[in-house]
Amino acid sequence: MMKRIAILAVMFVSVVGMAQDKNKKTTFEVDGKCEMCKMRIEKAALGVTGVKYASWDIPTHQLSLVVDERKANSMQIKSAIAAVGHDTKELKATQEAYDAVHPCCKYREDNTDDSTTHKNDNP
Amino acid sequence: MKSFLIILCCLPFLASAQDTIQGMVMEANPDNKHLGLPGANVYWQGSPIGTMTKEDGTFSIPYSKEYNKLIISFVGFQTDTLTIDQPKMVHHWLQPSNELDEVVVKQKKEAVQKTFFLAQNVVTVNSAELLKAACCNLSESFETNPAIDVNFNDALTGTKRIEMLGLTSPYLLITQENIPMVRGASQAFGLTFTPGTWVESIQITKGAGSVVNGYESISGQINTELQKPLTDVPLFVNGYANLNGRLELNTHFNTKLTDEWSTGLYIHGNRRDSEVDNNNDGFLDNPLANQINVMNRWQYQNPEKGWVSFFNVRYLNDEKQVGESGFNPETDRFTTNAWGSEINTERFDGSVKLGYVFPNLPFQSFGFQASYSHHAQDSYFGFNTYDIDHESIYSNLLFNSIIGNTKHKFKTGISFAYDGYDELVNGTIFTRSDRSAGAFFEYSYTNLEKLSFTAGARFDTHNRLGNFFTPRLHVRYTPWENGSFRGSFGLGRRAANIFAENQRMFASSRTIQLNGNGGNIYGFDAEKAINYGVSFIQKFKWFDRPGDFSIDFYRTDFENQVVVDWENPREIVFSNLDGDSYANSLQVELNHRVLPNVEVRAAYKFYDVKTEYQTGLLQKPLQARHRFFTNVGYNTQPKENGAQWRFDYTFNLLGEQRLPSTGANPLEYQLGEFADGYSLMNAQVTKVFSNKFEVYLGGENLTNFRQYDAVLGADDPFGDYFDTTIVYAPIFGRMLYMGFRFKI
Repeated sequence: MMKRIAILAVMFVSVVGMAQDKNKKTTFEVDGKCEMCKMRIEKAALGVTGVKYASWDIPTHQLSLVVDERKANSMQIKSAIAAVGHDTKELKATQEAYDAVHPCCKYREDNTDDSTTHKNDNP
Repeated sequence: MKSFLIILCCLPFLASAQDTIQGMVMEANPDNKHLGLPGANVYWQGSPIGTMTKEDGTFSIPYSKEYNKLIISFVGFQTDTLTIDQPKMVHHWLQPSNELDEVVVKQKKEAVQKTFFLAQNVVTVNSAELLKAACCNLSESFETNPAIDVNFNDALTGTKRIEMLGLTSPYLLITQENIPMVRGASQAFGLTFTPGTWVESIQITKGAGSVVNGYESISGQINTELQKPLTDVPLFVNGYANLNGRLELNTHFNTKLTDEWSTGLYIHGNRRDSEVDNNNDGFLDNPLANQINVMNRWQYQNPEKGWVSFFNVRYLNDEKQVGESGFNPETDRFTTNAWGSEINTERFDGSVKLGYVFPNLPFQSFGFQASYSHHAQDSYFGFNTYDIDHESIYSNLLFNSIIGNTKHKFKTGISFAYDGYDELVNGTIFTRSDRSAGAFFEYSYTNLEKLSFTAGARFDTHNRLGNFFTPRLHVRYTPWENGSFRGSFGLGRRAANIFAENQRMFASSRTIQLNGNGGNIYGFDAEKAINYGVSFIQKFKWFDRPGDFSIDFYRTDFENQVVVDWENPREIVFSNLDGDSYANSLQVELNHRVLPNVEVRAAYKFYDVKTEYQTGLLQKPLQARHRFFTNVGYNTQPKENGAQWRFDYTFNLLGEQRLPSTGANPLEYQLGEFADGYSLMNAQVTKVFSNKFEVYLGGENLTNFRQYDAVLGADDPFGDYFDTTIVYAPIFGRMLYMGFRFKI
């Protein structure tokens, strides 16, 4: 029984995957810590053709996306994010990319939420 | 459970060096069929290299000696790690898993959509700032903000007049939750009809505003957001009293009816019934007043479905009596027993707002709003009578979305407005109805870092202003961290309501001259002006505490204006502009937290506002060319229950002001060419006992500076030289007040 449900669920996921949603909403975790990270992550995500909306939340580290699946997949977005120095569960940024981020954004050394002390919210 | 084998097919590898790994990911099945799994993640552990399988389950990933753990994962399947030491073909079956290790969709909407890098020069005044000036209504909410200048309207009503970029409020678009509010009949007193406690926040836009809100704004926009039933406290009570006999009471009641519906009832009353004449000119320094103001709001919010809606009704009744002390309307009205005036206003407002955010597309929404208002003012000033009835309908439909991604956004929509005016000016009837419809489109771009701009245009058709096009442009550029340049350009037009906007002229012996040119608004053409400006802001840290420095320069050039000429003390002349009319404004501002709990704000402002009057190009009267402003705030560290002290001090220095010419009057009724500069101080102390209760005590005009000759010809109010319009300083002296706020 459990197996059948699991297979049905898998088939459903596959069908959804096959449907190639124009406005697919997804969320995954990206490492980072401050407003500057937020700007960099969102900019990198929006730089991938097919990404319509990107919003990274500082406390939860969740990146919410709306993606046109016909044009982009999540690994492309993750590699674009890794290229600007931010790690995801699957892809880790290279040392060079990580070294290039602003000193205040060194989340690998100190992964605290920095949103209140360091801001780049130009009015 | 049967055990599933992880089968790794090692195909014979090619002898030549290969730098990619090719393969296929399949769904495990009992027959080991090749069921390709599309969309699976394939990546090297600890690397920035990854890919996804194609529709048939195949993939190709670059190979590098640095990494040897290839991870294959997919939602609903167990993640597998393969050790790969050399390039080869990989065929891999993934096993289904009952556990989902990745949450795909999170249903949560942010309460506020964060705007990245706005191109407009917008200052937001939040509720903490509004508490610094405890009294009493919207016209007094700008005392601690240097972007807005607060001046005195006349010698009788105690009303404040606001200016931005050197131009008075008719040239500002004043909206309440984006519905035009202070316009037409309410231009003179409209700001006093919004009690301060109702205000949640104020957004001040300097320079040309967005096309979304219409074509009328010339020097800027002020938008007021009112308290929302869902977020305001369930019960709020505020009482206020000052030594000049003004009493105010504000109560808010808010209830959440269901998960979606909430409602709020907001009641305001104010009263002054003691006669005060501290300068002994025989005229009341402040009006005898009575206002009752009731608003009911309904809020519907359903974040899951994406709907937000507001329904609002408001009723206002405001009565003012001004003039000589001892004036009794019953016996003295329209007689020479005593000079007096009564201004009675009754107003009804109703509005509906409807917003929908597409639940899966946070960047796409539409909004609809419609409002109706009826404003009736009956008044007399000595023997002059002025009645106005203004009925207004405004509606607007707006759609927001993106082009490609959120770097390219647009807003588009249509709007409709109707205004019916019925005026009685000393027995002459002026009736007019204005109808307009328009369509707008606004595109905004941001590269999320250095550059953003907003370009908008609207096309309107108006029964008096004709068909016209209104462009607006805002640009922002950030050359370095925490610094930004802005520029704006815009065109604005409006129909001047000459009597309503200048009704203080009725409280004088001046004769009214309308030198029209046959235009279709009281015989005048519509006003038209171009506004452009630049600004720069730099945020900094000094002694590890934040601050910012800003400088801006704006210029408004009138192509046509209805010029109000006060230069002959016997008359007031209205005419179309013949020559130049412009306003230049410069503001330099510095804010810094000088000590951990002390904020200092200082600003210098320079205005060069000139208009071609009958007697030549002259500086605008009753306006200081130089102004200096400083505000110091000190708050003690709040305790756990919110208890703290708050201290606030504001200092204003005004340079000399040119007075309208009184040279044609006999010597005793002349005021000279200029009024000397002076300074004003306000201070307030608030003691917060807990999150529920606080008391405040304050004083305005602490140095007791007064203008003694504010009522010209006070000895003979029915004579030729009577004039209450030339006011450049406070009439009333030092004024102490206190109040409390209670909320649960």
